[in-house]
Amino acid sequence: MATDSHRMESGGRIDRSNPIKFQFNGKNYTGYSGDTLASALLANNVHLTARSFKYHRPRGIISAGCEEPGTLVELLEENSSGNRAITSVRIEDGLKAKSVNCWPSPDFDLGGINQFLADLLPAGFYYKTFMWPNWRLYEPLIRRAAGLAGAPASPPTKVKFESRHAHVDVLVVGAGPAGLLAALHAGRSGSRVMLVDENSEAGGALLNRKVRIGGESSLGWVSSVVDELAAMKNVMHIQSATAWGIREHNLVLVLERRLKEPGELLRNWRVRAARTVVATGSTERSLVFANNDRPGVMLSSAAQSYVNRYAVIPGRKALIFTNNSSAFSVAADLMNAGIEIAAIVDSRREVQDADRSHLNGIEILPGSVVSEAHGHRRVNGATVSERSESGRRRRIDCDLLLHSGGWNPTVNLFSQSRGDLRFDDCLAAFVPVDSGQAVMCAGAANGRMTIPEAIADGAKTGIRAAIESGYPGKSSALPEVDEDSYSVEALWHVEPRSRRNKCFVDFLNDVTVEDIRLALREGYRNVEQVKRYTTGGMGFDQGKTGNINIVGTIAQERGLPLSEFSTTTFRSPYTPVEFGSIGGTRSDTVFLPYRHTPVTSWNTAQGAVMYEAGARWRRPGYFPKPGETMQEAVSRESRAVRAGVGVYDGSPLGKFELKGRDAAKLLDFVYTNFMSDLAPGHGRYGMMLSDDGLIFDDGVVFCLSKSRFLVTTSTANAETVNRHLEFILQIERPEWDIKLTAVTSQWSNATICGPKAREVVRSLETDIDLDTEKFPFMAWRKGRVAGIDARIFRVSFTGELSFEINVASRDFDRLWNKIIEKGSTYGIEPVGSEANHVLRTEKGFLSLGHEVDGTVDPYDLGMGWIMSKKKPDFIGRRSVELRRQGSETRRELVGLLPDDPDKAIPEGAPLTPGGRKTRTEGFVSACVWSVVKERWIALALLERGRERMGQIAHARVQEEIIQAKIVSPCFHDSEGQRLRS
Amino acid sequence: MLLIRCPFCGSRNESEFMYGGPAAVRRPSNAAEVSSREWVEYLAVPSNPLGPALERWWHARGCGSWVTIERNTATHEITESSDGD
Ligand SMILES: [Zn+2]
Repeated sequence: MATDSHRMESGGRIDRSNPIKFQFNGKNYTGYSGDTLASALLANNVHLTARSFKYHRPRGIISAGCEEPGTLVELLEENSSGNRAITSVRIEDGLKAKSVNCWPSPDFDLGGINQFLADLLPAGFYYKTFMWPNWRLYEPLIRRAAGLAGAPASPPTKVKFESRHAHVDVLVVGAGPAGLLAALHAGRSGSRVMLVDENSEAGGALLNRKVRIGGESSLGWVSSVVDELAAMKNVMHIQSATAWGIREHNLVLVLERRLKEPGELLRNWRVRAARTVVATGSTERSLVFANNDRPGVMLSSAAQSYVNRYAVIPGRKALIFTNNSSAFSVAADLMNAGIEIAAIVDSRREVQDADRSHLNGIEILPGSVVSEAHGHRRVNGATVSERSESGRRRRIDCDLLLHSGGWNPTVNLFSQSRGDLRFDDCLAAFVPVDSGQAVMCAGAANGRMTIPEAIADGAKTGIRAAIESGYPGKSSALPEVDEDSYSVEALWHVEPRSRRNKCFVDFLNDVTVEDIRLALREGYRNVEQVKRYTTGGMGFDQGKTGNINIVGTIAQERGLPLSEFSTTTFRSPYTPVEFGSIGGTRSDTVFLPYRHTPVTSWNTAQGAVMYEAGARWRRPGYFPKPGETMQEAVSRESRAVRAGVGVYDGSPLGKFELKGRDAAKLLDFVYTNFMSDLAPGHGRYGMMLSDDGLIFDDGVVFCLSKSRFLVTTSTANAETVNRHLEFILQIERPEWDIKLTAVTSQWSNATICGPKAREVVRSLETDIDLDTEKFPFMAWRKGRVAGIDARIFRVSFTGELSFEINVASRDFDRLWNKIIEKGSTYGIEPVGSEANHVLRTEKGFLSLGHEVDGTVDPYDLGMGWIMSKKKPDFIGRRSVELRRQGSETRRELVGLLPDDPDKAIPEGAPLTPGGRKTRTEGFVSACVWSVVKERWIALALLERGRERMGQIAHARVQEEIIQAKIVSPCFHDSEGQRLRS
Repeated sequence: MLLIRCPFCGSRNESEFMYGGPAAVRRPSNAAEVSSREWVEYLAVPSNPLGPALERWWHARGCGSWVTIERNTATHEITESSDGD
C-alpha cells in the first residue's frame, strides 16, 4: 500500500479498471466505479465535507449508508437533485456535487460566526425570537441562512422519471441474510415474490463484514442465492431500490435508481403485496460525547464498510469507543487493513473473552468513556475517562475516532405500517411487536441481531409469508454460519466536563444534550414535544442514528425507565424521494387530460383564447379580432347577442337521462319545486339543495315522455350531481324504479341566441315549427335541423330568444359549420364564456361559483318562490325552514352601480360598512362592462341587501374605497319579454 | 391507499372512489315531522368512532356503485363490504 494513498491496492467491491472523474465543491477528484461520493472522497483523504445547520461547525462523513447525518449534498446541472446523503450518491463521470450547508466552501465559512454566538441560539430560539410580528416574516431569511438545497431551477436532463405498478404475493424489503432467505423460501413455494434492496448489490450487512457462510466467503454464498432467485420466474429482484413508504393495505412505495446510459432512471414502484417482509437490518447508533461531530469521528460500522467494501483507509490510527460487542470485529478488520488501533474504549465494566480473542496486543479500556474529542477541522485525539470514582483521564492521539452506541432494528417501514414497538432491555432498543397489517419483520429488523439468528428468522418468515398468501411453505436446510454474538449496555450520553462543550444528539439539526435539558426545564415532557421544540430528529436523516439517544436522555433526566417511553412516529419517506419519480411520465395534460368538444379545432383556428370551463372542459373565452383588446372583443360578442345573433357551444353542460316509473318522484325529491306535473315537450328551471338547505346546483329539467326526463346541471358539478342522484337511487330510495344515465358527452349543443335567432334556425332548414305559439319558451321539440336528427330546447342563459340545438356529438361539427355558414347572412358571431358572463350578469342569472358559492339558499337570492309549499319533503327543505325561523342576518343578492360608471370593482372585492377596515358584510360576485347600460355593473351578496335598495355600498379594495348604489339584480328586460319572444 | 372491494369490479384502489360519509347516519324518512333536534343530529352530529365504522364510498371511476364497508379507523382493516343496504 502506497503511503500517500488512502485506497488499498486490492480488495473491496470497486472496479479499479474503471476510474471515474467527478467534482466536489468545485475541485476535481477521481474514484472508481462502485464508489459512493463518500467513499471516493475519503479515498482522496477529504474529511471536512460540510458545515452544520445552525452553528456552521465543520462536519465530515459519519456513516456509510442512507442514515448519514453528517453531510448532505446537492447534485448540480444535468444531475440536479437537492439534499442527498453523501453516502448514497453513486459517482459517475462528470458528476458535480456540492455540500448544501456552506458558502463559499466548508473550509471557509462565513456562517461559522454562529459558533461564537452559540449561547444565543438555544433550543426553541427561533420560536422565542421571531414571534413578533409573525414568524412568516423571518422564515425565508432563516431558511436561506440555514442553506438547505433549493429546488433545482430546471429538471435534471440526465435523469428520466418513471412510475410503475406491481402486484405480488410476498414483497421482501432488504437483501441481507434474512431478506435473501425469506425471498428464497417464498420463491421456492411458488408465490410471486418481489425482492428490493437499497444497495447497489445484494448482501446487506455482509457487504461490510468478513463472515463465512456455508463454508465459503459470505459474498460467495450471496451470489449463489442471487443466482437461484434469478432462475425463478416467479421472483423479481431489484437492487438500488429503496422501499420508502408503506401505506394502507400493504401498498409499498419503492424508488429504484437504475443506472442507464447516459444518466439515471428513477422509477417509483407502487407495489401492492399480500404480505410484506421487512428485512431492513439494523442501524448503528452514535454515542454522545463532547465534540462528537468533528470530522474524522465516525460510526465504527462505517469505517468497517469503507475498509471492506470500498478498500478505503479512512485514517491511520483509530480510537474505538463502544458500548457493545460489535466494535471488536471492526477493530479486527481495521488491523487487517493495516490501520493502527490506538485503543478500544468500552463503557461496559466487563468485556467478554470472546470479544478480546482476535485482538492480541490491543489496549482495551473497560469501564471507560471518551469524554471529549479534540481537533477542529479533523479529530486529532480524545480524552478518555474512567467511569470509576477516580474518573482518571488521559489523552489518546488518533486521526480516526470510531464510536458505536449499539444497534437499532431498522423498524421505520414496520412502524409506518402501524406496527407496535416495545423497548427491549437486553438489546437496549425498540423492537417490533404486532403489525396493524400484513407486515412482518425478519432478521435484525426483528431484533435477531446475529447472522445465524437472522438467517433462521429470514427462512422462517419467508415460509410464513408464503403460507399466509396461500402457497405451501417448505423448509429446507440452512447454511452453516460462523459463531456470532452481540451484547450491549445502554449509554445515552457522556457528561461533558463543561456544559459549554457541545454533545450532539442530532447532527443534522445541531441539537445537543443541553437543548434536551432546556426543553425539559421549560416544561416539555414527552418525546414528541421535545422533538418539536428542539427539532431533534426532524432532519433529512429522520434521526436514524441519534433519536434513541434523545429518548434515552429524556428518560434518564426524568428518572424513568425507557419502557415508559415510545419513539416518535416514523414517517415516509424513509429517504428523500424526487417528486419527479412520483409523477413519472404523467405531467401536464397527461396527468389530468382536458376534455374537448367536437369544435375545439374550429375555435383555435378562429384564434379563440381557450379557458377551462370546469371539470377540465376546454371552452373559448373570447374570439379577439386582429387589433382588438379583450374588452373590445367581449363587448362586440355581447352586443351581437343583444342586437343581432350569436352562437355558443354549450356542450360541456352536464346532462343526465332519467328513465323509469318513479323518475318524476325523484325529481320532486331533489328539486325544490314541482317537476312531476311537467308534460312531455316541456321543461322547467329547478334548484337542487343539499340537506343543509344550501343551493347545490341549478339546471333545467325537460320531460321527454311520461317516464323519461333530461336533467341538465352546471358544467363543473356534473359528477357531484351524478353521485348525489345515485346515492338517492341506491341508498335512500332503492325501491324506486329509475335508471340514471350520464349523457353529457353523447349530446353536443349549439345555442343560437339573439333577436335574429329564429331567422337563423329557419335558414338551417328544419321541420320543427319555430313559431312561438307552437314552440314557446321552456319547451322542447324533436325533428331535423340541417338534415341532422336534433332536439331543440328553448332555454335562455342570456336573456335573449334562444334555441339550443342538440345533436349527437358525431354530427356536431357538421351542424356548427352549417350555422356559421348560414348565420353569416345575419351577422352571427361566435360567443365565448366571457361574453356569456356579461350577458348573464346583465340579466342577474345565477352562476355556480359566483353567486352560488355553497353559502346561500333560494331566499337569499330572492327566489323564495322556487321553494314548493305543497311538497311535504324535498332535500334541503327542513334545514331552510329551521334557518329561516332564526334571526340570523343573511347576505342577499343585489345589483350594484358604481358611482363612477367607468369604474370597475374587482370580482371578489369585500363590501364593508362605510368602506372601513372591519368585518365584511358581503362581496362582489360579478362585475362586467354592460353593453346595454354602457357602464360597469355588478352583482353582489350583501347583508340585508334587499332592504337597502337605493343606498350606497362600499367596496374595500386595498387602500381604495369604491362606492356603488344598491339596485335590483337585473339590468336588462326585467319583464323577460325578449327571452319569451 | 385503501383497497376497497366493489361487488361488481373487485378490489380497487381508493383513488377510484369518492368518500360518501358514515353509513350509520340515515336521513329521517319523515323529515317534515321529526323534531328539530333529531334533524340537526342527522345533519351535524356525525359518529366518529375509533375502531370499526360503517362508511360509504362511491365507485366514481368505476361502475358508479355505492359501496358500504366496515373499516377499522384505527388500523384501516376492512372487515366487511357490501353493495349497500
Ligand atoms: Zn365498481
